Amino acid sequence: MANFYTDNRDLKFHLTHPLMKRIVELREKNFTEKDRFDFAPLDYEDAIDSYDRVLEVIGEICGDTVAPNAESVDAEGPQVVDGHVAYARGTQQNLDALRKANLMGITLPREYGGLNLSVIPYTMAADIVSRADAGFVNIWGLQDCAETINEFADADQKRRFLTRVSAGETCAMDLTEPDAGSDLQAVQLKATQKPDGSWVLNGVKRFITNGDGNISLVLARSEDGTSDGRGLSMFIYDRTHNAVKVRRIEHKLGIIGSPTCELVFKDAPAELVGARKLGLIKYVMALMNGARLGIGAQSVGVSEAAYREALAYAKDRRQFGKAIIQFPAVYEMLANMKAKLDASRSLLYETCRFVDIYKTMDKISQERTPTPDERNEMKYYQRLADIFTPLLKGMASEYCNQLAYDAIQIHGGSGFMKDYPVERIYRDARITSIYEGTTQLQVVAAIRGVTTGAFLKQIREVYEVAEIRPELQNFRRTLQEMTAEYEECVAGVTAVKNSEFLDFHARRLVEMAGNIIMGYLLIWDSQRDEHYTKSAGIFIKHAEADNRHKKHYIESVGLEDLGFFKYE
Amino acid sequence: MNGLKIIVLAKQVPDTRNVGKDAMKEDGTVNRAALPAIFNPEDLNALELALRIKDFHPGSTVALLTMGPARAADIIREGLFRGADNGYLLSDRAFAGSDTLATSYALSCAIRAIGEFDLIVCGRQAIDGDTAQVGPQVAEKLGIPQITYAEEVLKIEKSKIRVKRRLERGVEVVEGPLPLLVTVNGSAPDCRPRNVKLMMKYKHAKTVSETQNAAEDYMALFNERPYLNITEMGVKDIDAKTEDLGLSGSPTKVKKIENVVFQAKESKRLTASDFDIQGLMVELIANHTLG
Repeated sequence: MANFYTDNRDLKFHLTHPLMKRIVELREKNFTEKDRFDFAPLDYEDAIDSYDRVLEVIGEICGDTVAPNAESVDAEGPQVVDGHVAYARGTQQNLDALRKANLMGITLPREYGGLNLSVIPYTMAADIVSRADAGFVNIWGLQDCAETINEFADADQKRRFLTRVSAGETCAMDLTEPDAGSDLQAVQLKATQKPDGSWVLNGVKRFITNGDGNISLVLARSEDGTSDGRGLSMFIYDRTHNAVKVRRIEHKLGIIGSPTCELVFKDAPAELVGARKLGLIKYVMALMNGARLGIGAQSVGVSEAAYREALAYAKDRRQFGKAIIQFPAVYEMLANMKAKLDASRSLLYETCRFVDIYKTMDKISQERTPTPDERNEMKYYQRLADIFTPLLKGMASEYCNQLAYDAIQIHGGSGFMKDYPVERIYRDARITSIYEGTTQLQVVAAIRGVTTGAFLKQIREVYEVAEIRPELQNFRRTLQEMTAEYEECVAGVTAVKNSEFLDFHARRLVEMAGNIIMGYLLIWDSQRDEHYTKSAGIFIKHAEADNRHKKHYIESVGLEDLGFFKYE
Repeated sequence: MNGLKIIVLAKQVPDTRNVGKDAMKEDGTVNRAALPAIFNPEDLNALELALRIKDFHPGSTVALLTMGPARAADIIREGLFRGADNGYLLSDRAFAGSDTLATSYALSCAIRAIGEFDLIVCGRQAIDGDTAQVGPQVAEKLGIPQITYAEEVLKIEKSKIRVKRRLERGVEVVEGPLPLLVTVNGSAPDCRPRNVKLMMKYKHAKTVSETQNAAEDYMALFNERPYLNITEMGVKDIDAKTEDLGLSGSPTKVKKIENVVFQAKESKRLTASDFDIQGLMVELIANHTLG
């Protein structure tokens, strides 16, 4: 009888952000679909009411089905049967429930059977599903692949494949190979065009999440004799061809319910998506950005689960005659956990808003010529989405790991045992800072926001000038000081004009910007709802100390010191 | 067999499964205000059974019939969100205070007013009264056969229905001629979740009283989209003798209510043998203390 949406006020809070009106109006094209589809919203209030109701159903399914199944799914795991994946029984039940509720393909256009939900409620759904079972969210969340099909495939492909996703078929994105992990330019899987123009795929893919999904997006080398990213194209493989074998499922530390497959393609018929040679350069980038936002949501959902388990245990567990939550060592840990959770969730939905507006405007600009104002607005949000997505993925996944670590710590010895969910949560959390680009690679993407001054511009021109209540002014003063120090550090590092030196301090600079941004987001949350003032206060204290520490380190490790860190 | 007309009888009940301190009033009656109103659980099993028949026999329709106060329209909406085609709310002050006899009389009159049907499905019993009388009484009043404790419909063909019944010591497969009434056991499959598309489609569905009472922004919708109108029936809409309805039609009188506090009296002595422990485990599993 649990409901993971209605028991979490933070989700509803972010659903009512002032920018939602603009987002919903864009997404619903001023509510013109209400005459074509009986489930389309009539106006803004009606749309938000629908989002709320959809999330309530997801919350119920997650509370009553997905979360109770998580333990058995973790123990049982998926298996390879005759070259295909057989999910754990609980996974199958979860999928059945979500299919019956029509919760697959939820962002897709209505004409393809989707719900046309905005990125915000979709991400909230991912946040909720992740809290229930971090492994299962991968299978469910791969419906994101359909967004890439929707964006780049032709009309016929959209009609054929998107309707299937909406009806509940699952997806996979087949990128990684044994020798092409972080460096996808090295992809070898061979795409051969036959005389009749059709394509077949041959080769091996590795570490493919839900690799036996019904519809797979496959990155393959279509251009003979090439060896870099420009020789790669994107293909759709349909499982009904039965030409891809699952050779094995990896044995993993966490997210065990999510089958990570090694795939063998043998003359597998496939369809080209979009234009040749744009596979990596354009389509994978779109796919990855969506996936990174998804991991951001997964990180926040798992953090939520970790925090709740820790809080409940700390209230319940008594030692030395009192509940352990009464000890400073424990309550401080919990308060920091909650502050990080609130901060990363705020960053998640801020990023979603940028992505949502930019993506929707991009789609509109394919249908009609945008006005110059619209074009500027789109560019503005695209730039923000590009730097906030890796910032979010990096920060939220690291927090997720920290929260899972602390949640076990609060449980003490019991947390180390399989008797409590934190043991699984801790294992599940570990992957978030690795896949879809490690934290280190997120820094490589996000550092542009530092060096171009884009983070600073957003901080100074948007966050710093927002109107706030007098009692929040002190927080802002602290953040203003932190911003000055950040600016000083950025200037110091970039003045050296050495790319290795910049790489060396890049993570620190990105995290300093992240701390300031999340601090401001929590102030703005507190402005809208006093409830968040506590988290804002705790987070900013923590962020201030963290940034000072980083500043000191940056000042003390100069270019000439890099040699010390190198081992042969 | 194609196209069955199915009516599901459903009741809105106080959620007695999570009872707190204030669940009962001083006088021993249920404090309905303190308990959330929910779809009676076994009526949800009944709805699922009906929806499965609809899945297998395209062209079938599932209508919900519920008797209760105005807010019982929630039950109809919950049914629409899960796949029911339409619903009837039987609501009138004249029905207040009905016991099972008056309830089944009112329901049977409403069913006659609705018209033809092939199958009536309802939960075995409601969690507030636990009588299990209303279903069988409705069947008697309509003069049709009944199958109780149903768990699964195995087959419907040539106007016959074959049903698996769950009994205390096993299962029984029986067959009966349509039209017929089935009461469904809690062991039948759970009801499917709400379908969000149907939910968005039907969320504005309302009875006439609801549209009159609410400050409604979407009034035009009820003309444009006829499916959003939930049929509301009162005494005037059914052909019923008023003396057989409500309190006057209810011979059941509550004489006294006692608060029973369980006190364990029995004790059992076990030895530390595997045999005794095994016996205890079997017993605890059998009476559902474990598992």
